[in-house]
Formats: sequence, C-alpha cells, structure tokens
Amino acid sequence: MVDDMYREVILDHYKNPRGHGVIEDADAQAEGLNPLCGDEVTIYVQFEEDGETIDEVKFSGRGCAISQASTSMLMEMVKGRKADEIAALPKEELLEEIGIPLTPIRLKCALLGLGVLKVALHRAKGTALPDEWAGLDELELK
Amino acid sequence: MAVTARSTLDAQKLRADFPIFEQKIHGKPLAYLDSAASSQKPRQVLDVMRQFYETSYANVHRGVYTLSERATEGYEGAREKARAFVNAPSAREVIFTRSATESINLVAYAWGLDNLGPGDLVLVTELEHHSNFVPWQYIAKRTGADFRMLPIDDGGELRLDGLDELAAGVRVKVVATNLVSNSLGTVNPVERLGAWAHAQGAIMVVDAAQGAPHHRVDVQALDCDFLAFSSHKLCGPTGVGALWGRAELLEKMAPFNLGGHMIRSVRLEETTWGDLPYKFEAGTQPIAEAVGFGAAMDYVNEVGLEAIEQYESELVAYTLDRFAELGGITSYGPPPERRAGIVSFNVEGIHPHDVAQVLDSEGVAIRAGHHCCQPLMTRLGVAATNRASYYLYSVPDEIDRLIEGLHKVRKILG
Repeated sequence: MVDDMYREVILDHYKNPRGHGVIEDADAQAEGLNPLCGDEVTIYVQFEEDGETIDEVKFSGRGCAISQASTSMLMEMVKGRKADEIAALPKEELLEEIGIPLTPIRLKCALLGLGVLKVALHRAKGTALPDEWAGLDELELK
Repeated sequence: MAVTARSTLDAQKLRADFPIFEQKIHGKPLAYLDSAASSQKPRQVLDVMRQFYETSYANVHRGVYTLSERATEGYEGAREKARAFVNAPSAREVIFTRSATESINLVAYAWGLDNLGPGDLVLVTELEHHSNFVPWQYIAKRTGADFRMLPIDDGGELRLDGLDELAAGVRVKVVATNLVSNSLGTVNPVERLGAWAHAQGAIMVVDAAQGAPHHRVDVQALDCDFLAFSSHKLCGPTGVGALWGRAELLEKMAPFNLGGHMIRSVRLEETTWGDLPYKFEAGTQPIAEAVGFGAAMDYVNEVGLEAIEQYESELVAYTLDRFAELGGITSYGPPPERRAGIVSFNVEGIHPHDVAQVLDSEGVAIRAGHHCCQPLMTRLGVAATNRASYYLYSVPDEIDRLIEGLHKVRKILG
C-alpha cells in the first residue's frame, strides 16, 4: 500500500514540483490551510488577455509529499484552461491523475490545492464555489 | 536490554493484558506509539465493564430497587477511586464529566463568566493543548478580560522568570497550565506556578489529562484549585473524565449543564441546585464508563505511577540515544528526567504525514500533526511534528522498529 502511495510519479512531482513559486501582482490568489496538519498552500493565477484563460499558475507553501505532488499535478492540469471550467472541475479528475489509493485523511492533503485554486477563482472572477470548499474561503490567514 | 533491567516495571508482561496487541497491522505486529493521544485498554478494565453491564446496570441515584442501588454503588465507588487517585480531600469535590475538555469548559464557563471582566487577566502557557487554551481565550473575549500566554524556553520549559512582567497592569484572575505537555512531555512546575497564582489572588487550573496517567498527582500538594483529568489516556474507556475543584469555589459557582439530577427543587418560578457534586452532573452520566475508569485507576495504581514514570523516562532516553545514532533528527523538549514518555521530532526534509504513513506500513503507529497545540508549533517554527509516546505496555522493541521504519522513510522520501 505504501509503495503504491509513494509511486514514482508522486515522488517525482514531490521532489521536482511544477509551478512552484510566486506570481507578483497575480490576477487571482488565495491561501488555504489544512487544519488537520497545519499545512499551508498559496496559489497564484495570471490570466491571458481574455481575462478567462489561465496563462500562468503557481503555488507556494509547505506540506506533505501527497499535498505537494497533487498541487504540482494540478498546476499542469489547469494551465491553458478557462476559469469557469476549473471552478466546475470535479475533484475526481484530479484524483484520477494522482492515481493512488488515499485514506480519508490523506484525501484532504491531496485536495487542498484544488480547493484553494477554486477559492482564488471564486474571489477574483465570482465563479461558483461548491459547499465542499466554502470552509476554505472563510479562513482568513495572516 | 538495559531499559527493562533497570526498571521495576515488566512491560512485556503487562502487554499481555492488552488484547489489542494480539493482532497484526499490515502483516506486522502492532507497535503502538500513540498513547499520548489515547491509551489502549487492558482486559481487566474491559472485563469490569462487561460484568457491570451484565450484572449491575441501571440508572444511578434514581431507583429504590436492588439493581439501581448496585449501579449507584459502582458509580460512587468509582468517584471514591478518583478522589484517592488525586488525593482530593473529599469525594464531593470530584465531578464526573465527559472528558478533561469538558472539565475545563465547566470551570471556564461556570467560574469564568461570573468572575472575569475588563482589567482581569487569564494566563495560559505556550505549551497548552487547545483544550486548556481555546475555552479560556473564548471566555476572556466574552468577558472583556485580557488573555496572555506564558512562553517557553528553547528546551520546551516554562519561563517562570517572565511571570511578573506578564502580570503588569492587570489583575491576574486565572492561571491555567497542563501538568504534562501532550506535545513535548514537559512536566511543568505546577507547585511554583500555583504559589505565584495564589500570591496574585488568581485561581490555578491544571489540565492533568496527560499528567495523571504518568505522574503521581496530589491536588493538595500541587497548590491548585481545579484539576481536570480523563479516563481514556489512563487505560480506561472514552466518554468519561473528572474534575476536582475546591468545595468553597464549586459551591459558589453556577451550574454548567442544566437538567435532570442536578436540582434540589423545580418550580415554574425558580429552580434550586442540588448539592455537590451532583449540581454539576446533569442528565444520565456515563455510568459504566465511570466504573471502567475506576477499574483503570486500580490497574494503574497496581503497576505504580512511580514505576511508570521512571520506566517512560528510560524509554525516552533510549529513543533519544537511537535518534542520535540515526542522525538527521530534530527532537523537541526537555531532558528525559524532566519529561513524561513523549518524544516529538522531525525528520530532516520529510513531512510528518509522510513519515507516519510509511511507518504505518511497518505496523508502527505514531502521531503526525500539530497535536492540538498550534501556538506551540508556531513557537517551534514548524507546522507539525512526529510524536512517539509511551505507556506502561510500551517495549524497547517498538522503539527499535520505529528506528528501522525511519530508515525506510528515508529510503522512500529522502
């Protein structure tokens, strides 16, 4: 089980995260916290001229291998796609990409980045935010 | 091994009392290193509870029939055991609650709401579990009182030299501390803190949830006014805890939960409260759990708290030696002789969740997270730590397996 969880592609994303960094003056930005472990992630989005298509997306923060790898995969997955499409993106699509068995606790690690991205888009573009992620939006981090 | 040779406690033998260790996890024997979160339960406690349900169960203090009398005897017998366990002067000062958390909430609400206001200070420590932090922070805010935190030094021990400065310009009304830190294992100098609190005219509130299972508690020697502890960390069932409080304070306090059994008389115009301790025990209590709690205190007493404390300190010293051999481990907290059986640590460059996940695959259960101590994690400059914690059934072999597991963690994630 543990070898499935830490399979090569996860470790690759964990050790060489894609889109790790900061976008100054980002068009959309949000911070999120996993209250179970105190992990924090911030996501920054820059749109193309149409104001809808994600041109650049980055993340910063600290977290476990699962949260770092899944957020890294998310960065690759959403680039070039439209805000409202990502706002509606089912979590299953990301989980399929991650492709490993996750316990309920680790599921929260894996989905933190996606939730924070949805909050960022919700705040910048007014896209719908499903109830599942509403708690993240209420968190105000210093 | 040296660890077992020096101590009077035979953990390997005690371990046979705990049915949980008869199973395998992921095909490996269970190494349970999370006793600070909750302890496992010996057959002696489970048997007492089953027997109580099978032969003596009814609601207490209600019926005149034999079974109710028997149940009441069991329940009140457990109260007497709890009294003796913390050396309280009287059993009427011992209140059964759902948990240590509820015990602290009882004091925060029932004492705090009526006795705190602007210009008053509630002082907690940087080592507090959220259970002895959040209720006070909340009640301080509700009443307009100040809320401050006594810091620790780099070794994880309270900086008592900072007390007078923290008290400047306010009336100190509450000092709240844990006896043993659930994160670092620090055994806090409650006597000294209590003497200072009383010199300020404050009440001293002690969270002994982590302390009572590992360290002899004597409320009369501790110089405190309230002390909370719970059953589930002490080999007993979940769902029951206790609060000891000085009778003169409890008598003046308003009730916390209201309902059946806590009353003297109920009229439309007014209700009057029952006597101690029943004034604070509204509704049907966790009866069988209280009886199980009593059996757990018997069990722990038989093993001996002094033996437990010394044995755990040896296990901590052994762990720290093995960490030193391993290298690349940051551990937190005071030296082994001044802490209970808890080792908080981080593996360089690897997140605690990943450490705990890989260890689980080896059958080694440790805690990874903030341990309900976010202010402390902030002080340590980390989001989370790993925590291995021990009890009377922990054996050095489990620590060896922790170390082997850490090798595997490094192999996978390093």
